[in-house]
Amino acid sequence: MAFIPHTEADVAAMLGAIGARAIEELFDEIPKDLRAKSLAGVPEALNEMQVGRLMSERARRDGVQLNFIGAGAYEHHIPAAVWAITTRGEFYSAYTPYQAEASQGTLQLIYEFQTMIAGLTGMEVANASMYDGASACAEASLMAVRANRGSQSARILVPGTLHPHYRRVMRATAANQGLKFEELPFTPGAGITATEALAPFDGQDITALLIQQPNFFGALEDVDALTDWAHARGILVIAVVNPTSLALLKPPGQWGAAGADIAVGEGQPLGVPLCSGGPYFGFMTTRMAYVRQMPGRICGRTLDATGRPGFTLTLQAREQHIRRAKATSNICTNQGLLVTAATIYLSLMGPRGLARTAAASHARTRELVAALTGLPGVRLAFQGPCFHEAALLLDRPVAPVLRALSARGILGGLDLAPYYPQLGPALLVCATETKTREDIAQYRAALGEAMQSARAA
Amino acid sequence: MSNVPADLKFTKSHEWVRTLADGSVEIGITDHAQHALGDLVFVEVPEAGRAVQAGEACAVVESVKAASDVYSPLGGEVVAGNPLLATQPEAVNTNPYGAGWLMRLMPAAGAIAAARLLTAADYQKVLEAEGG
Amino acid sequence: MPNQERVIFEYSTPGRGASDQWPADPGEEALADLPPRLRRATPPGLPEVGELEVVRHFTRLSQLNFSIDTHFYPLGSCTMKYNPKACNQYAMLPQFLARHPLAPESCGQGFLECMYELQEMLKEVTGMRGVALSPMAGAHGEFAGVAMIRAYHQARGDAVRNEIIVPEAAHGTNPATATMCGCVVREIPVDSEGDVDLEALKAVVGPNTAGIMLTNPSTLGVFERRIGEVARIVHDAGGLLYYDGANLNAILGKVRPGDMGFDVIHMNLHKTFSTPHGGGGPGAGAVGVGERLLPFMPIPVVGREGGTYRWLEEADLPHSIGRLSAFMGNAGVLLRAYIYMRLLGRDGMRRVGEYATLNANYMLKKLTEAGFDAAYPRRRASHEFILTLKRQARDLNVTAMDFAKRLLDYGFHAPTTYFPLLVPECLLIEPTETESKDTLDAFVTAMSQILKEASEEPGRVSGAPHTMPVRRLDDVRAARQLDLTWKPTAQP
Repeated sequence: MAFIPHTEADVAAMLGAIGARAIEELFDEIPKDLRAKSLAGVPEALNEMQVGRLMSERARRDGVQLNFIGAGAYEHHIPAAVWAITTRGEFYSAYTPYQAEASQGTLQLIYEFQTMIAGLTGMEVANASMYDGASACAEASLMAVRANRGSQSARILVPGTLHPHYRRVMRATAANQGLKFEELPFTPGAGITATEALAPFDGQDITALLIQQPNFFGALEDVDALTDWAHARGILVIAVVNPTSLALLKPPGQWGAAGADIAVGEGQPLGVPLCSGGPYFGFMTTRMAYVRQMPGRICGRTLDATGRPGFTLTLQAREQHIRRAKATSNICTNQGLLVTAATIYLSLMGPRGLARTAAASHARTRELVAALTGLPGVRLAFQGPCFHEAALLLDRPVAPVLRALSARGILGGLDLAPYYPQLGPALLVCATETKTREDIAQYRAALGEAMQSARAA
Repeated sequence: MSNVPADLKFTKSHEWVRTLADGSVEIGITDHAQHALGDLVFVEVPEAGRAVQAGEACAVVESVKAASDVYSPLGGEVVAGNPLLATQPEAVNTNPYGAGWLMRLMPAAGAIAAARLLTAADYQKVLEAEGG
Repeated sequence: MPNQERVIFEYSTPGRGASDQWPADPGEEALADLPPRLRRATPPGLPEVGELEVVRHFTRLSQLNFSIDTHFYPLGSCTMKYNPKACNQYAMLPQFLARHPLAPESCGQGFLECMYELQEMLKEVTGMRGVALSPMAGAHGEFAGVAMIRAYHQARGDAVRNEIIVPEAAHGTNPATATMCGCVVREIPVDSEGDVDLEALKAVVGPNTAGIMLTNPSTLGVFERRIGEVARIVHDAGGLLYYDGANLNAILGKVRPGDMGFDVIHMNLHKTFSTPHGGGGPGAGAVGVGERLLPFMPIPVVGREGGTYRWLEEADLPHSIGRLSAFMGNAGVLLRAYIYMRLLGRDGMRRVGEYATLNANYMLKKLTEAGFDAAYPRRRASHEFILTLKRQARDLNVTAMDFAKRLLDYGFHAPTTYFPLLVPECLLIEPTETESKDTLDAFVTAMSQILKEASEEPGRVSGAPHTMPVRRLDDVRAARQLDLTWKPTAQP
């Protein structure tokens, strides 16, 4: 099966028209010695029934455990309507809306998405999305270098409380263009970045400061003080935010006296399943003054030849297909399908539904922390408020405890040891609105047993 | 047929240069260039005080389908970028030799001679050779 | 097609909402620990609409789109083939969707086995030694590929090599990628038959050459016949060869990039392996490498030890160019590509290249018979081909864009227009193997009809489209008077 509809008669007629005896003849410009032999490493075809069985067996083997991991990917309720509509062929199997007149659905949806994301972040303008939160962060750093014309250094201050994977993606993406990332230490016991940590950079040429809110530990940074510190020194502020949290927390556009200059984040919490890490989407917003420095697609509203409103891609002169080597980025994707899901999700949630989701997630996390720190050998790593995630300190290594929990069907969180060895045995846990009191009680009971068995071992 | 004013100097890359009374020069893109680019939607001009070398990219003109760098025909210090173009980029289309100027530059010593600018007649020949 | 649809915000009514989807309100006391200075003062600007309104609105929006499921979509260079429904259904099994990216490998052996086998199958069809799956789009794979080339030269202490050679007809992503990797671009011309100009190539290679980026078949829709010679020249100069997999569908099962001498390749799984384009993404840009670049692959990669699968990370690949995505890349897309490859199997792979090529050559023949000019009339088409409407533009004053817009009225998505840039008034047409002869014939008939209209009633063509939800849009206005977000009072 190759989804090829040709009958033998079709093939004969087509070859006749071309004037060829066999399909093979159509490859006669390819040097003979290059022709492929058998593809022994590819198995024989399966039919759909067989593939269905194979995939179902593999999925069953993986199972589903009760999940308390967050760390950049969050389990939220996804209304059935979201993916029922997103997977309609008209969205699913369309391409980039280059022929605007035949793509008004996708284009209008992007315009609505841009409006929602700008509203959520309190910023003036959003693009049509990036690959994921980490790559959006890297692109924001590159953009800041273009936008901050008062700075020549391409030095970016990066808190140690930014997601460790994001820091690695930034380095891998931007290092070849001469960006230098300077890591800021966090305050022990608080798990946030103090303005004192910035003091060594006072008076130096710095291009931008990143601030993640809530940060990787789930803790809340003093965003106003950090933003004002940066702006007083001609440093741009890049906000990295969780979109769910923005229903409750101050949006980047209102940080400090002047607001952040660029805001990015991982869009996955907005109706996108966890799915082992992707596909997700990154969002990116900025001030109107910097819109031409922003990478990625942008949709705008305009008029048609008869004066009716319609939608089209705009500001394309920033992009690779026109600017080539001088483009703002090589990106020519927006994560259209995920943006479709997120726009439907945000429409169903509205301002009140998203606020409830955020509040319920916050409440469940507080309950989880209270339940777990009630156990001997478990305490909070950091004082101060958090959003829907918290770091816990254990009195024994975390890895065996997590293995014991998984044996009981619970994903207990992320072991922080590989990322922050200075914390000692530490565990990052998350609860969203999907977790019930019973789930939390089950985790507490299992953790109690797992701690026992880990001690016994 | 493109408009090529006789009182200006030109470059092969379709910039024009006008010498002003105070010794500074005004620089823009030619009628031929604006026509080839189409309706301009954005123009970026250099800031006053910037030192530019001859041949250095110092402005950007954008239409919906193309973006081009504009190269300074001669070295010197930027006196002013045209502030009008921030809000009315179409001035380059409607009046390329007047309201659509891009920047004013105080040439470095000897820069004008070094630039070997074309006369209107010579530029006309360049256009004819390009088939325009 | 239906008429226009209002913007979702225009349906918004304070107090309405799809409240059945919301969790119970935990009450303000649950938020008491959040300091007011960190709280949001006013609710975010999201619409307040009921569930049925949401369903209707977005269903109507979908109906304003052309798509593969509804229309022939011969968009050159994009490989708009049928996206099998089974790939979607089985990639969206609940266990796959629920799996957290940081869940232990023990809870994902079924998933990891699929990923490992996908790596192995992609190695086989491309003739490469290693495959990494994490790049999230074609351009992302390009970035990984060029970054590996740089890392390779740097590891040998030859960091001066920073020039990337690209043919002038290359996709814009190639030079943009080279810049992102800190390289300098050297463009070389192609000759009148569409092959790389070997003399120009010999003139630019040298001690600064990092590598060359090539698409083969090229963006001109023809196979680069002297690829062996190109490989020898670049390798002799100390550079590496990068294969842009944009046109892999043309040669799938027939020729392998590894056998052509390429050192690194990216594959567009959303083209060749039929994962959905989704209105512009997500894609997946897996990379394949030869022996020399194995140590530099982006992490993570799936490894197998005994019967167990695990992620290979920094500790396993210390020379890796690093991590390109927060987690492992577009897992759900990769699952779809895996399912597609299992459905096609060994023989199906070969048939893809064969029938894509048959369809393209048939259409080319029929269209030239109908009075259109091929850009490279002495060449075989690969899986796609270029028509140039230079003659029609001159004689009838009707452009390639006019033809493209008029095709929409006939119910066909337009081919790619004005790419590659060096062919004037061009249409780049890629039918793909999943289209029937009947569809191809209908498209040819429409093109003939439009040609007739162009001479008899040119306004019909130059004023097209007439039957879409909107007429031709004012791009200049869109860029000059930026309207990028909806505002309650503003009207365009």
